[in-house]
Amino acid sequence: MQSNPLTLFEKIWYSHIVTQEPKSPAVIYIDLHLVHEVTSPQAFTGLRERGLKVRRPQLTLATMDHSIPTTPLSIPMADTQAAAQLQQLAENCEEFDIGLYGMESPMRGIVHVIGPELGRTQPGMTIVCGDSHTSTHGAFGALAFGIGTSEVEHVLASQCLLQHKPKTFQVNVSGKLGIGVSAKDIILALIAKIGIGGGTGHVFEYTGEAIRGLTMEERMTICNMSIEGGARAGMVAPDETTFEYLAGREHSPKGIEWDKAVESWKKLPTDGEAIYDQSITLDASSLEPMITFGTNPGMGLQITDPIPNPNQYDDLDKQHNLEDALKYMELQPGQPLLGHPVDVVFIGSCTNGRISDLRLAAKILEGRRIAENIRMLIVPGSQSVKIQAESEGLNKVFTDAGAEWREAGCSMCIAMNGDQVEPGQYAVSTSNRNFEGRQGKGARTFLASPLTAAATAVAGAISDVREII
Amino acid sequence: MAKFTHLKSRVIVLPNRNVDTDQIIPARFLKVTDKNGLGDALFSDWRYNSDGSVKPDFVLNQQQNQGAKILLAGDNFGCGSSREHAPWALTAWGISAVISTSFADIFRNNSLKNALLPIVVTTDIHQSLFELVKQSPDTELSINLASQTLTIPTDTTVTFPIDNFAKKCLLTGVDQLGYILSHESLIEAYEST
Ligand code: SF4
Repeated sequence: MQSNPLTLFEKIWYSHIVTQEPKSPAVIYIDLHLVHEVTSPQAFTGLRERGLKVRRPQLTLATMDHSIPTTPLSIPMADTQAAAQLQQLAENCEEFDIGLYGMESPMRGIVHVIGPELGRTQPGMTIVCGDSHTSTHGAFGALAFGIGTSEVEHVLASQCLLQHKPKTFQVNVSGKLGIGVSAKDIILALIAKIGIGGGTGHVFEYTGEAIRGLTMEERMTICNMSIEGGARAGMVAPDETTFEYLAGREHSPKGIEWDKAVESWKKLPTDGEAIYDQSITLDASSLEPMITFGTNPGMGLQITDPIPNPNQYDDLDKQHNLEDALKYMELQPGQPLLGHPVDVVFIGSCTNGRISDLRLAAKILEGRRIAENIRMLIVPGSQSVKIQAESEGLNKVFTDAGAEWREAGCSMCIAMNGDQVEPGQYAVSTSNRNFEGRQGKGARTFLASPLTAAATAVAGAISDVREII
Repeated sequence: MAKFTHLKSRVIVLPNRNVDTDQIIPARFLKVTDKNGLGDALFSDWRYNSDGSVKPDFVLNQQQNQGAKILLAGDNFGCGSSREHAPWALTAWGISAVISTSFADIFRNNSLKNALLPIVVTTDIHQSLFELVKQSPDTELSINLASQTLTIPTDTTVTFPIDNFAKKCLLTGVDQLGYILSHESLIEAYEST
């Protein structure tokens, strides 16, 4: 075996190679396969056509999140196509013996929220899902990445995947975050700096004092958006914070098994002498709240900065790209974003739909009302988050403030389920993508943290949470 | 698996950088349980007005581009989600190769599994291709996978990189799942450790 110093990624990679022939990708073993309704139907059809079974149903977990309504279940689904897709997932799971957190399950939720919540996501694992935000699970020191539907079929049938070894990219975040600045701002700042293709071909490992100081939910927010920086996976080495989060979860190891697991997890962090293919350092203490202004997550700025001018770039392509983005967003170069009117505020998604995100939003909304011009939707990442939030009375804070409180799901992050921003409207969203039309045809998205989103809802226009905190 | 050996075609130019999978196929078209009809949804929001009428200026709607199989795209094509619906929609419309300076990782993987060839060229070649097609829109490019070459009618030939294994799969139609399953005994051995 390898005795030279290894990174966290390399330790997991090498220990999961089943075989590798010369000039071929490695066959790697997958410890956990997450399945949802949108990217799996054609894979199950493929299995049927070949007469194959799911090799390890117990290492497979399915849920309904993308196209599920967030209105109460008692209201029949109006979208027959979405209903048929959800029904198809239920039938596929039944036929292939896969555990499903379905429509009625109190543990249903966004796939990247429930995996960790249930204790299914654990350090050292390889985890895949037909969804690019699978990178979220890397917060636990797992190698987790999104795959396409053909690969979903491969994993269902063989529990393996053909992969080339990616390169490693250390993202060192030093210092401590200031007040009103959160994990979301770290990742938006990173992407603004390296661009949305900056991590292509690489796996990020987030290190440094600022990362160590984050909770598991904050680490998940960061790893979640690794893909927006072009990296298929992002990881954080497991530590006491990780173990504390996992202890006692439904699927976490118990008793002596727990002790053994922790022992082995402690061997995962990158060795002192190990070398990354690339590195970058950010200083957390100099960060401000971040917000995007354009049509990809790399078009971000500090909330007090003006909108950049396309003329400041020498590169013509870059100029045109920025011009196109500003045209779509109907924004003027040189203008501040602060004070820009907004129509919709969305708090939720696999980036920022966890209980700690809702608590932050509630802190801002407590005793306040959202502005008249704002429609605010707060969507818990899972039914468990919903139940927890309600037990803390957060739902009351939200509805008293004038926000809508919903059932769990992806909702306005991807606008597949009817929750959408109308054409031309502006939204401040805690989700992860501001692509044209992502939140509804013609919708214009500003990505930001739950704190910024809540402050904006109260003011009715983009605002700096530090002024009211 | 579908094969790819060679191709000669006119070129559709889409210079936008960072074309994401939400543009290639918006999420509302992902509610299908099969692969049918996705070609109609390709670039839907760029192709149609809100009332469903065709936007005549968009490249896919232009008469001279009908039947073209090569898409010349801006940097970092295919970023965003893991939806394989993106290459399904492109191939269903008739695209067989995309030329860019870079592709997002998941999109590239998905494309190679669907006989959609992602061709990476240098920035210089990329620029000269844009120029060439601008000057002579009827230009036909030839792609030969076996020799990994892209030939421009002025007889310039450039080579492009492609992963060996993917190349073999595309040329011979190797079924990747079949390949993985041929290692069944090793998978079992791994599982028992
Ligand atoms: S919340 Fe958004 S990004 Fe996350 S899994 Fe759902 S659609 Fe994808």
